[in-house]
This record gives sequence, C-alpha cells and structure tokens, in this order.
Amino acid sequence: MFDLTPDEWVAVRLSLRIAAVATLFALPLGVAVAWLLARRNFWGKSLLDGFVHLPLVLPPVVTGYLLLIWFGRRGLIGAFLADHFGIVFSFRWTGAALACGVMGFPLLVRAIRLSLEAVDRKLEDAASTLGASGIWTFATVTLPLALPGVVAGMVLCFAKALGEFGATITFVSNIPGETQTLSAAIYTYTNIPGGDAAAGRLVIVAIVIALAALVISEWFARRAGMRYRGD
Amino acid sequence: MLSFDAEKKLSDFTVTAKFETGAGVTALFGPSGAGKTTIVNMIAGLVAPDRGRIEIDGALLFDSAAKLNVPPHRRRIGYVFQDGRLFPHLSVAQNLDYGRWMRGLPRDDAERDHVVAMLGIGHLLNRRPGKLSGGERQRVAIGRTLLTQPRLLLLDEPLASLDAARKVEILPYLERLRDEAEIPMIYVSHQASEIRRIASRVVRLDSGRVTGIGSLELIDAAETMLA
Repeated sequence: MFDLTPDEWVAVRLSLRIAAVATLFALPLGVAVAWLLARRNFWGKSLLDGFVHLPLVLPPVVTGYLLLIWFGRRGLIGAFLADHFGIVFSFRWTGAALACGVMGFPLLVRAIRLSLEAVDRKLEDAASTLGASGIWTFATVTLPLALPGVVAGMVLCFAKALGEFGATITFVSNIPGETQTLSAAIYTYTNIPGGDAAAGRLVIVAIVIALAALVISEWFARRAGMRYRGD
Repeated sequence: MLSFDAEKKLSDFTVTAKFETGAGVTALFGPSGAGKTTIVNMIAGLVAPDRGRIEIDGALLFDSAAKLNVPPHRRRIGYVFQDGRLFPHLSVAQNLDYGRWMRGLPRDDAERDHVVAMLGIGHLLNRRPGKLSGGERQRVAIGRTLLTQPRLLLLDEPLASLDAARKVEILPYLERLRDEAEIPMIYVSHQASEIRRIASRVVRLDSGRVTGIGSLELIDAAETMLA
C-alpha cells in the first residue's frame, strides 16, 4: 500500500519542489508588503491590502485565468519576461510555482503582518538610541522578534501551495512530470477506473506532509517563545 | 552642554521648555504628566518638536527654522528607559555589545569590564533578559547605554518601575555612575528623595512649562508648597 509507483513519486517530489520554490520566492516580497501594511501609512494602502488578499476570496480558477492572461507566453508580463530574461511560466513547473505562490501570498503576508504589529515599538526606539539605523533596527530587532510569525506564515504558504489546485490547473494545466502536482495527481487518479488505490496512497502522503509542516512550525514557535522568556 | 528650546503640542496640553544643562547631573523634576518624558524624547530624537532648536556641545540636533532633524541613531545620546527595554532575544552580553556593533566601535574589553564591574552584572552575562529581576534589568540597561560612549545620558525615571528595596539597590550604582563616568546626565523623576541623592541642578516642570531652574532648593520649595 505504501509503495508509491515512480509516477506517484514524481508527483510528490514535484509538489514539494513547487511548494518550496513558491514559498521561498514569496517570502522576501511577503516580508516587504507585510512591513508596508504594518508600519507605513501611504496613499492606496487599503488598495494594496485588498489586492494582496484577492487570491484568498477570488475563485482560484479566476486567479489562474488572470495569470494565464498576464503571464502566458503572449501575456503582457509573460512575453516581457520570456523575451528579456528567458523566464517562461506557461505549461512549466515554474508557472505552477507562480500560481501557488500567488495563492499562498495572502496567508504569508497576513501572518507576518500580525507578528510585525506585535513587536514592541519601544524596543525599536531603544535600538535607534543605541545607534541602529532603520534597516539595522529591522534586521536585528524587529525581524528576529517577528520570526515565529514569519515561520508560521511560511508554513501556511507552503501548505496552501501544496494543496493548490484550481489556479494551477487553469494556468499551467495538468501535465505529468511538469505541472501535475499531488492534488492534480489525486484528481486524475480519481477519474481513472481502478485509480482508487493510487489516490489513497497520495492522500496519505498529503496528510503526512501537512502534519509534518504543522508539527515543525509548532515546535519552532514554542522554541522561540521559550527563548524570549529566558528559559 | 545641552541647550534646549522647543515646543510640542500633545493631545491635552503643550510642552514649551527652554533650559540649558552642563556637566554633572541635572534633574528634570515635576509631577506625572508634566511633559518630562516628552522633553527627553525630543532630546533623544524619538519625538520631533513642532518648533524650536536643540543643540549639544555646539552641534545642532534639531532646528525647525533650518528644517534640520538629526535621527536618533546619529545623535550619540544615551537613553535609559523607565522600563529597561532590553532585547529579549539577545543575551545580557549581546545586549551590552549591541551599541558597539551598531556604532561600529572597536572592541574595548577594559571599558566593558569596568562598566560590568561598576554595575555588578558580571554574573548575568550569559542570561537572557526574561530571567532577570527588575533591578538587574535596569543595571544592564544602564551598562548597555554607557558602552555606546554617549555625550549625554538621559535617565527617564530609571527607578520608577522598581519596588522600594530594588530602588535602594540601584541608587548606589547611579551615584557611582555620576562620580566615575564623566558624562553629563539628565535625570527625570518625580521623587524628591532620588533627586536629592543624585542631582546637583534642577529644572522644575509643571503642565508642560518650566517653573524654575536652579539648585536643589527648588525641590524644597516645591515640597513646602505642597505641604
């Protein structure tokens, strides 16, 4: 039962790679946007907030279709990236990573923003009187104190990326070995007569990965909390 | 020497103050809500005055006419906060070294050892702030600030969050600090007894205004008035 076939392994590995790449690329942008939303007041802030949260409320198929229009080979951004940097998204695993990153982005930003807002501004003031410029204060005080939230956001984003289905399949289709993620593979197997066993195996894999991610993030958050209390 | 002349409108009243401080310890004395903390925050650069001019040793820190406002990290003014504000994710030793890292100062073990010994915090170096008592935390906060080699030291009610026993524990360290470190200090407090032990000069504040500048007798006058 637990011996995955080579095809199933391909889907599992591809899913992990897509989710990891999506999370890592979303992270720096997510920290920047979360910081803007948590600490700055500027014109169009609620617009940015709304835009970031759109993938959370839009039907995933709509998000996928918008990605197809913008980031497809003939899309405005897609054509530009392909011509100038040789980066192609359509029907590639990179496109799946983009779709997963976009879908996980709101969860990432939300968690990081909350943890940034929880950091005591008085400690940042103290850092500045000790000679730390804004960037150094952020790097040595704000970010380390917000780290549990950053990790929680990464786990949420990773989990979302792992389970993403609608936007990915709309944007880059369901190509085995290239864009067929764990979720897409399970969907495919459930449509094949006799595919129940394979689907069941992949379901168990999905549960194991999700649980592992949760346990790791819990452990990390608890460890960070202990450190700050001085244990 | 610090020369302060600035104004800041707060939600319920306006702080307007003009005074100068020199060597030694100057006390900012007045009841809670007199604007003492707002004034030290303006000196440190954490609060921008609405208008005015702040100058230290001939260098401008703030001048509304010239639209000049030096950011706090370039002012070289040490600030010991009422609530310590140690970094909880760093050890005591790392807290002490933080200012040196940020200012890019060379490592000076002799100076560090001297400050650590003066404040009696040698046994705490490997601990984290979360496990320190209030008095220990305040001593580390004072040491952390001293080690940045400030040209002026602001102490904002450094004993206010401590109980009576802890206050008695810290006061001798503050006296040593005054006698050994040649840094001018501004000591904010509403406690006459603390000021008598530490300060030699008093700037008295009430409702955002300076009501007297002079020797320690000013506190006695204030107390007679209250009595």
